[in-house]
Amino acid sequence: MTANVVPALEVRNITKQFPGVLANDHISFTLLPGEIHAFLGENGAGKSTLMNILYGLYDPDEGEILINGKLAKIKNPADAIGLGLGMVHQEYALVDTLTVTENIILGTELRKGPVLNAKEASQRVRELSEQYGLAVPPDAIVGDLPVGVQQRVEILKALYRNVNMLILDEPTAVLTPQEADDLFRVMRELADKGKALIFITHKLREVREVADRITVLRRGKVVGDADPKTASEGQLAALMVGRDVVLKVDKTAANPGDVVLKVRNLNLRDDRGLTVLDDVSIDVHAGEVLGIAGVQGNGQTELVEAITGLQALPSGSIELLGKDITNRPPRSITEQGVAYIPEDRKGTGLVLGYSIRDNLVLSTYYKPPFTKGLTFNDQAIDENAKELIETFDVRTPSATTTAGSLSGGNQQKIIVAREFTRKNRLLIASQPTRGIDVGSIEFIHNQIIKQRDAGLAVLLVSAELDEVLALADRVAVMYHGKIVGILPIAEATRERVGLLMAGIQEQANV
Amino acid sequence: MSNEQQAPAETKPTTEPKPSKRRFGWLNEAIVPLLAILTAVLIGAVIVFVSIPSNKLPAFDLSLYGSRSDWFFSTLPERLRVTLSAFTGLFSGAFGDWTNPSSIPVAMSNTLVESTPYILAGLAVAVTFKAGLFNVGAEGQLLMGALGSVAVAAFMPQWFGVASLPTIIHLPAALLAGVIAGGLWGIIPGYLRAKTGAHEVITTIMLNYIALQVMDYLINGVMKDKSATLQRTPFIHENAALPRIISKATDPSLTGGQAYPRLFTTTSSTWDLRIHMGIVLAFLMVGFIWWLMNRTPKGFEIKTVGENPEAARYAGMSITGTVVGAMGLSGALAGLAGTSQVIGLEYNLKAVFSSGLGFDSLAIALLAKSNPIAIVPAALFWGALRTGAGAMQVNTGISINLIQIIQALVIMFIAADQIVRWIYRIKQAEGGKITFNRSWGK
Repeated sequence: MTANVVPALEVRNITKQFPGVLANDHISFTLLPGEIHAFLGENGAGKSTLMNILYGLYDPDEGEILINGKLAKIKNPADAIGLGLGMVHQEYALVDTLTVTENIILGTELRKGPVLNAKEASQRVRELSEQYGLAVPPDAIVGDLPVGVQQRVEILKALYRNVNMLILDEPTAVLTPQEADDLFRVMRELADKGKALIFITHKLREVREVADRITVLRRGKVVGDADPKTASEGQLAALMVGRDVVLKVDKTAANPGDVVLKVRNLNLRDDRGLTVLDDVSIDVHAGEVLGIAGVQGNGQTELVEAITGLQALPSGSIELLGKDITNRPPRSITEQGVAYIPEDRKGTGLVLGYSIRDNLVLSTYYKPPFTKGLTFNDQAIDENAKELIETFDVRTPSATTTAGSLSGGNQQKIIVAREFTRKNRLLIASQPTRGIDVGSIEFIHNQIIKQRDAGLAVLLVSAELDEVLALADRVAVMYHGKIVGILPIAEATRERVGLLMAGIQEQANV
Repeated sequence: MSNEQQAPAETKPTTEPKPSKRRFGWLNEAIVPLLAILTAVLIGAVIVFVSIPSNKLPAFDLSLYGSRSDWFFSTLPERLRVTLSAFTGLFSGAFGDWTNPSSIPVAMSNTLVESTPYILAGLAVAVTFKAGLFNVGAEGQLLMGALGSVAVAAFMPQWFGVASLPTIIHLPAALLAGVIAGGLWGIIPGYLRAKTGAHEVITTIMLNYIALQVMDYLINGVMKDKSATLQRTPFIHENAALPRIISKATDPSLTGGQAYPRLFTTTSSTWDLRIHMGIVLAFLMVGFIWWLMNRTPKGFEIKTVGENPEAARYAGMSITGTVVGAMGLSGALAGLAGTSQVIGLEYNLKAVFSSGLGFDSLAIALLAKSNPIAIVPAALFWGALRTGAGAMQVNTGISINLIQIIQALVIMFIAADQIVRWIYRIKQAEGGKITFNRSWGK
């Protein structure tokens, strides 16, 4: 990688303005053949916008793109692929009912006269998969494969189209740690064979593990380049957010008290009769955080909704402080001291069209002091808003601003403020920091620990293993609707939990 | 799994938009409906201009005009005159001929009388819009309200075997009967929606037919006034009538022997008005619904269920209760609209009572963007169009259908507000601010 190598891709001064937001502000970078170039940034830093411009999905307002030293006009994804630039999106574009081979060749079918030349296509897929160490079963139906393998199919799809540059947009979001490690091995293999890779992520650990070069984006601008060999996670985080953040959550050892939440033998099937919850039993004690780790979609959502009364249960029992709350209405459960941060902030936790002020009383509006007699007590509602906005550091021009116009982190702070200020005994936090900025993550983590130290029982559900490991005192792992293991934090190493998340039971720990 | 497709919303700097003093905030809300009306009226004018009946224009004669186009251009001044007279006719029909002040009270009163059921039924639909429901059943609920109130107003004394009941009992009973009948007709689709998921658009349409047939059956059956040639119920008891505000004394021989009440009696034809206490009820309801929606927990629940049912459920609100309640309230308001027509204006229920009021109320709620206060001007506009249409037809020979075209265009422009925004270059209101953009670009 000497200076006189022609870059596979060079981007100069790309600018893209959206209404009210400068998503990309004069971004320039180069991508050399054979390197893995990581783009690190928080949500909304402009990473995806930039990649969508490269892939021809957006038109830049300014700037130029050079491919192999020549000016390129990329009007649509077909242009991009034609120029040797492929992309693997967060959401895979695969047809579940077709085979791996069929998915890969879709749109570029090899023909023998009018007939599909299936044999040769299959042969080429096999060659490619061997060449790059991307093991896939060519004749399996895609819908039956695990996500990690589906992702390989997506990568093969791009390689089949002879790309020499590949954009991977948040490729690890849905993978178990083992699957992610596998992906990194594949990425390295591809780079060694001369492909240039762009790796988009907001996970610090991953870039240090796999990238050759790191570019950090913040608020649409390139704020720095870093060498993964020398930069520390702390330095990278500071670049991302513009200030030093404490990645490690400061907390003392838990001091568990009595059982607050007692869940016994929950079973649930979905509409298709598939098992969603499989005999789930857990206890959460006062003053401890029980973290539930697991790849998303393994029953965590339903477990939480069952506890909060949003999901009806055919069998099993849930007790809060010895009182049965199974299948009680949500309001009655809330009133018994349950705070709940739902996983879908925008869809469930907030009414985006409502003001912050109204969202802050969404679950308490009917009680004094907010309602006096028949009508609202505006003064109390206003004071509540003013106080919570200040205490929870919600960055907003006013209390009457709509929740929908705030950033994700500030939206989440509204939910936290509302839920934490009731008289609670149990706190359920589901994906509490998903997709928000590092500053807000730090704030919310500290708030959760503060609640624990105040004697609440905390049930934390997160798809981010790092988050569970940072906050939890005990870690339960869910796989296919089952609790496959509960480990004290001291024994919960990334590797052990990762294996459990992938459904591999430890022999020793039965 | 982050979602950076929403990057633009996420990166919004936290220090905008400014908490503007929203003194003319209502204007932001009203600008699109007002421009929709303006556009519809202008298009209506163009339609009049090109389609003036030939008997209003000099005949085409080849010996006088060189060609068809010469003839057309020679008629331009006349066309302009007729077009203007159509709209002055519309105006004077609705608000009186201002060169003849004595015509004003009657015209205004007629417009208010037309608008009264629109206000009530418009509110009814607006309440369900707020709850995220689409109540197409205002018509049926209105009919059931009319039926319920006429049953009590015309027959209640004979159920008790008396000649008459005191006003203090009979009038409230008639009102209540209409409100309850309409309310029940709203609760049925509400309950079906909440408990079985049956869509309220389908069920309310079906219930409209049922209401119409039930009314037909009763008016031709047990409730028929056997002495009348028309198919109608007997006249209601005078003690069950909503008083007129000011009018001449009525002739009891024309109203089944009943002398209907009024607050003020006049002998002057100028002040012999049909306006009745229904308009007062309508304004009270506007105030009540505004208060309910903006000042009370129940209204907050209705709005939240409409905005985001997921969040409402999460916040512990009862979706079932709110949906049934909103539909019941809506039905009750529509029922009151029917009631006020029967016991305030017509004093009996005719088989031809059905008027499409309930369907027009959908348009009014749309025009008012479901804002209870804005229902008043929207309903007045609708009432004025209907009142003025007759005068316009008499004065200019322009068909009443023009009014329907204008009404339809208004609805089209409200429903597809992007058209209006595009025509007038109004940017999508962001942070509650409107901007006129003069260039034709984007």
